[in-house]
Amino acid sequence: MLDKQRIQIIKKDFPILNREVNEKKLVYLDNAATTQKPIQVIEAIRKYYEYYNANVHRGVYTLAEEATAAYEESRKEIVDFINANSYEEIIFVRNATEAINLVAYAWGRKFIKEGDKIVVSQMEHHSNLIPWQILSREKKAKLEFIGITEEGKLNEEDFNKIDKKTKLVAITHVSNVLGTINRVEEITKIAHELGALVLVDGAQSVPHMPVDVKKIDCDFLAFSGHKMLGPMGIGVLFAKREILEEMPPFLTGGEMIKNVDFYESTWNDLPWKYEAGTPNVEGAIGLAEAIRYLKNIGMENIRAHEKALVKLALSKLSDIKGLVIYGPKDPEIRGGVISFNLGNIHAHDVASILDQEGVQIRAGHHCAKLVMKKFNVPAMARASFYLYNDEEDIDALYSALNVTKKVFGLD
Amino acid sequence: MNEYYYELILDHWRYPRNKGKMKDPDAYAFDSNPLCGDEVEYALKLDDNKRVIDIKFDGHGCALSQASASILSELVKGKTIEEIKNMTKEELLRELGNPNLGPTRIKCALLSYKTLKLAVYSYLGKKLQEEIY
Ligand SMILES: Cc1ncc(COP(=O)(O)O)c(C=O)c1O
Repeated sequence: MLDKQRIQIIKKDFPILNREVNEKKLVYLDNAATTQKPIQVIEAIRKYYEYYNANVHRGVYTLAEEATAAYEESRKEIVDFINANSYEEIIFVRNATEAINLVAYAWGRKFIKEGDKIVVSQMEHHSNLIPWQILSREKKAKLEFIGITEEGKLNEEDFNKIDKKTKLVAITHVSNVLGTINRVEEITKIAHELGALVLVDGAQSVPHMPVDVKKIDCDFLAFSGHKMLGPMGIGVLFAKREILEEMPPFLTGGEMIKNVDFYESTWNDLPWKYEAGTPNVEGAIGLAEAIRYLKNIGMENIRAHEKALVKLALSKLSDIKGLVIYGPKDPEIRGGVISFNLGNIHAHDVASILDQEGVQIRAGHHCAKLVMKKFNVPAMARASFYLYNDEEDIDALYSALNVTKKVFGLD
Repeated sequence: MNEYYYELILDHWRYPRNKGKMKDPDAYAFDSNPLCGDEVEYALKLDDNKRVIDIKFDGHGCALSQASASILSELVKGKTIEEIKNMTKEELLRELGNPNLGPTRIKCALLSYKTLKLAVYSYLGKKLQEEIY
């Protein structure tokens, strides 16, 4: 775990953590949904608007050049962060959802044919499921699932569903419900040997651990800025250059063209071919600042910190009678996510009472209805950690859960 | 603290009234709240004057949604279809003790109300003409 002093310094960077909720100290444990923003990110966005706001790629005047430079510098920050080959492989989008849809619409509609197979897993967030349902129905392709074991891991016996007919494997790196860290390197190896491409949903991994696209060797990686200290409305699609070159554009209009004539036009170079319209410049600048913040602490350290928090939470919460925790018990293969149910109390009631205690957690199906189906529950409550959480937050969660039991008369 | 988990709600959550299924109901509707997965269904049996002589609700979800469904079932027994149609959500909320609910939780509390109105309107062969949330 990061040491106490370090955490105190980090906490000071996040103004929101000073506020109270229902006259209690705010304990923010919904980091899998979105994270809080450090003052550095807020300031970077403010500086952009106060000092060099202009549209990018369109002007030759000073402000436009400064804004363009900052936007493109932000892209380079991301290249470095996930170890991509070049800025040509980094496309700014709104969020992970849009990144995946871009692949489904642009790549999928060109390369998926009748009888092809797309393999996903049962632990996907809906954003990595619905685009493939629609695509496979449209193309008369087959959608197949890698199941989940009781322990909450991918069922490796289902890996043989990846076969010669498979064109794409779309899989989450870390489950937003079970916390499971999937072995995406191994899956990519299997898929590539059979000629399939691999899309990794990195929404819950990129913010929390070192992610290296060369090491994984995935063809696509999607993630959202708002889950990693950055602003909302900015996300990233990484794709290998040779694939982007073969793909048709997704959204079309300004920015993404090279030459325009009456009836035909040609496309801009990578990555701008995929960035039609005015981009989210403040978002890119904010995200780059967030990445600098994360790098300064170190992704290895953040992962170690969350691993320690999970270990502590699993052991502390295990003495609450009636509490069922879903997902792997081994912190080595679990991200900072703990989903649970408490007796026969609905997850929403748990979250409401925790809220009264200042503890902010999520309840519901977490956009993963197939996971709810697997564990036969309508909803789960979920606590998820980040670098500013500490032992005290877990204590607060623990005592709020005991309050919940008391209110509902559970012993 | 825990302001809307007071005794009335918890009592109806523990001991739901009129819960179960009904054979051949005269009016019926099912609805759910996709956000939290709360589900409620109502089945009504009417006499010749279109008065509710029996009502059953079923469903699952948070305490608020289920207690509200139970409380509402007691509230409408003996009322005519027309009377239920003219009922307002304020009547139910008053019955629930006017809890101070945010925009998300109000949907839990009013799911029962919406489902009941759906049952009434579908019995009358009409589309629901009321903004619920
Ligand atoms: C695993 C996973 N994939 C995708 C998403 C979608 O992210 P966004 O809503 O930012 O597009 C989320 C966010 O909830 C997620 O947890």
